[in-house]
Amino acid sequence: MSTEALLTGKLSGERLELSASGHWTADNAALLERLVVAAAPANDAIRNVDIQMSAVERIDTYGAWLLERLRRTAGERGAQARIVGLPERFRTLVETVHQTADAPRRARGSRNIVSFALATVGHNMVEVFQSTRLIMGMLGAVTVSGLRAMLRPTTFRLISMVNQVDLVGWRAVPIILLITFLIGAILAQQGIFHFRKFGAEIYVVDMVGILVLREVGVLIVCVMVAGRSGSAYTAELGSMKMREEVDALQTMGLDPISILVLPRIVALIIAVPMLTFIGSMAALYGGGLVAWLYGGIPPEVFLQRLREAISTDHFLVGMLKAPFMAMIIGIVACVEGLQVKGSAESLGLQTTASVVKSIFLVIVLDGIFAIFFAAVDL
Amino acid sequence: MLKPGPQNATVSGARPEIALSVRDLYVRFGTADVLKGVNLDVYKGEIMGFVGASGAGKSVLLRTVIGLIQPISGSIEVFGHELTNADIEEREVIERHWGILFQQGALFSSLNVRQNVQFPMREYLDLSQRLMDEIAAAKLKMVGLPPDVGNKMPSELSGGMIKRVALARALALDPQIVFLDEPTSGLDPISAGDFDSLIRTLQQTLGLTVFMVTHDLDSLHSVCDRIAVLVDGKVMAAGPMSTMMASEHPWLKAYFRGKRSRGASAA
Repeated sequence: MSTEALLTGKLSGERLELSASGHWTADNAALLERLVVAAAPANDAIRNVDIQMSAVERIDTYGAWLLERLRRTAGERGAQARIVGLPERFRTLVETVHQTADAPRRARGSRNIVSFALATVGHNMVEVFQSTRLIMGMLGAVTVSGLRAMLRPTTFRLISMVNQVDLVGWRAVPIILLITFLIGAILAQQGIFHFRKFGAEIYVVDMVGILVLREVGVLIVCVMVAGRSGSAYTAELGSMKMREEVDALQTMGLDPISILVLPRIVALIIAVPMLTFIGSMAALYGGGLVAWLYGGIPPEVFLQRLREAISTDHFLVGMLKAPFMAMIIGIVACVEGLQVKGSAESLGLQTTASVVKSIFLVIVLDGIFAIFFAAVDL
Repeated sequence: MLKPGPQNATVSGARPEIALSVRDLYVRFGTADVLKGVNLDVYKGEIMGFVGASGAGKSVLLRTVIGLIQPISGSIEVFGHELTNADIEEREVIERHWGILFQQGALFSSLNVRQNVQFPMREYLDLSQRLMDEIAAAKLKMVGLPPDVGNKMPSELSGGMIKRVALARALALDPQIVFLDEPTSGLDPISAGDFDSLIRTLQQTLGLTVFMVTHDLDSLHSVCDRIAVLVDGKVMAAGPMSTMMASEHPWLKAYFRGKRSRGASAA
C-alpha cells in the first residue's frame, strides 16, 4: 500500500500525546510494530497517554492489535491510556480486539541436557518394546486369521491375494532381474580381480555360487521387496486408516486383519520365494557372464565347476529363508500401516519406519538362520 | 494494489461497488460442459449465498474463481482485477487479499494450529515472531476458540474446531473477500448456527465480502444478504431471500419452499 502508517508523539509534562495516521494495516504491520514499541511511554513519570486516531484512514486486525498493545504497554507502565477520535466505523474492530487475551507465552526449553538425553534413551527403549509387542501381536492375529481361513477356506480373500501377488511378485520381476544380475556380475568381477593374484580364478565359481544361493539372492530380493512392496503396504493401509476405512470394516463386523492384512502377507509369502529363485538364477547368470567375458572361464567350465561346488543344500538354505523374510516384511509393513494417525506427516513417518524396520529385521533374521544352519550342519 | 479498505464498504449504497464479477464463464471437463456461461456479481460488503443441486457445478465455479480450474472462456474480476489473464505477480497481489475456507478445512496436518494461522503471515509479511503470536491469538479468539488450542495439531481437533481454525487461517491476512465452501456442512445445528453468527459478526467487524457455497437453508435465511442459484450451468436467479421465496420457478419452489425448508423459513 502506498500510504504509510504513522505515529508521532509529543510529550508535555505528565501527558504523552500520540497521533496516528495513514493505513494501520497488515502491509504496514512490521513498520507499525517498531513505531509502537518506540512510542510506548519510557518512564513512570508519564501519567496519561492520549492516542489520537482521527487521522487513520484504514485499520485492520493488525493495526487494531498494535493499538491495543500500545494501550496495554502504557497500562503496565502505570499510565492511563485513552483512545480519542476513533472513527465510528473502526470501533467494532478495535473493541473486538480489545477483548482478546494476551498471547500465551511459549514455554522456553531450559531443560537439563543430561536428563534430556536419559529421557530420550528411555523413550526409545519403550518404543522398541512397544514395537516388538505390536509385531508379536500382529503375528498372533495373522496366525489366528490364517487358521480360521484354513478351517473355512471360502472366507479367504483369494481375488485380493491374487491381485497382490500380481503387484508384489509379477510386476517386481524386471527390477529384481536387473538388480540381481548386476550384483552377480559385480561379485564375479571382484572375485576374479582379487583371486587372480593367487591364480585361483576358478574358485570364483564356488564363491559366487555359494554366496548367491545362500545369502545374496534372498537378501537383495528382500531389501528390494521391503522398499518396493512393504512401503506400499504401509502407505495403503495407512491412508485407509486415515480415512476411517479400517474402522468402517470393523463396524460392519468384518475383521480388518483377515480382509486387508492376511491376503497381503500370503501374497508376499508366495511371491518372495519366486522372486528369490528368479533373482538367484539371474545373479548366477550375471556371474557366469562376467566369468566368461572378463575372467576367461568358458560357460562349460563354469557350469562343471558350479556342479561340483554347490549342492542342493545351498539352494535349499536360500529358498527356505525366503518365506520367513516375506512374513517379517509383511507383518512390519501392516503393523506400521495400522499405526498411522490422522496426519500426512505420520503417514510418511510410518512408511519410513516400515522400510527401515523390515530391512533391519530381515538382516537380523538372516543372522539367526546362519547360526541355525551352522548348528544343523547345512 | 487493491483500492478502498473494507471499512468503506456499504451494502445500502445506491450503486454498490462490485467485489467479484463473473462474466460468460465456460468450464468443460472432457466433453461435458459444466458451466455454460455463468454471470454473477457479488457486491462489496455483502454475504452472498450460492446454491444449486448437488453436482450442478457450485464447487467448480468456486474453484474456477480462485484459480484452481482453468476456464475455457469468460472473465473473472476481483476488485476490478481481471484474473483469467493475470500474470503471477498480479495473481499474488489478489491472492494476498482473499481468504478461502475449504470444505474439509485443508489445515496443514504437519503444523499445529498456531503455525497454520501464522502460515500466510510468514509467507507474505515480514513480522516479528511476537507480533505473529499475538495476532494468531487474536484471530483464534475472534473465531471463538480458546487460546490453548494454538498448540494442538489438526488431527486432535473436532470437526467444528477444524472449521473455525480454517476460518482463522482464511482471515489471517485480513482479506477483503472470503470464499467459504459449505462452511456449516458436517456441523450440528447448534454449531452451524454459531458458525453462521460468527460469519456475520466477522463480516461486520472486518467489513468482509463473503461468498459462500452452501446447502444449509438456515444459513441462507439467517446470514445471506443475497442468494444466487446455479441451475444447468448458469446462474438462474440472484436476489434476496424474499425474491427466492416468491419465485414460481419449479426448482426454486422445490428448493426454498419444499418440505425441508419449512422449518427454516418459520424460524
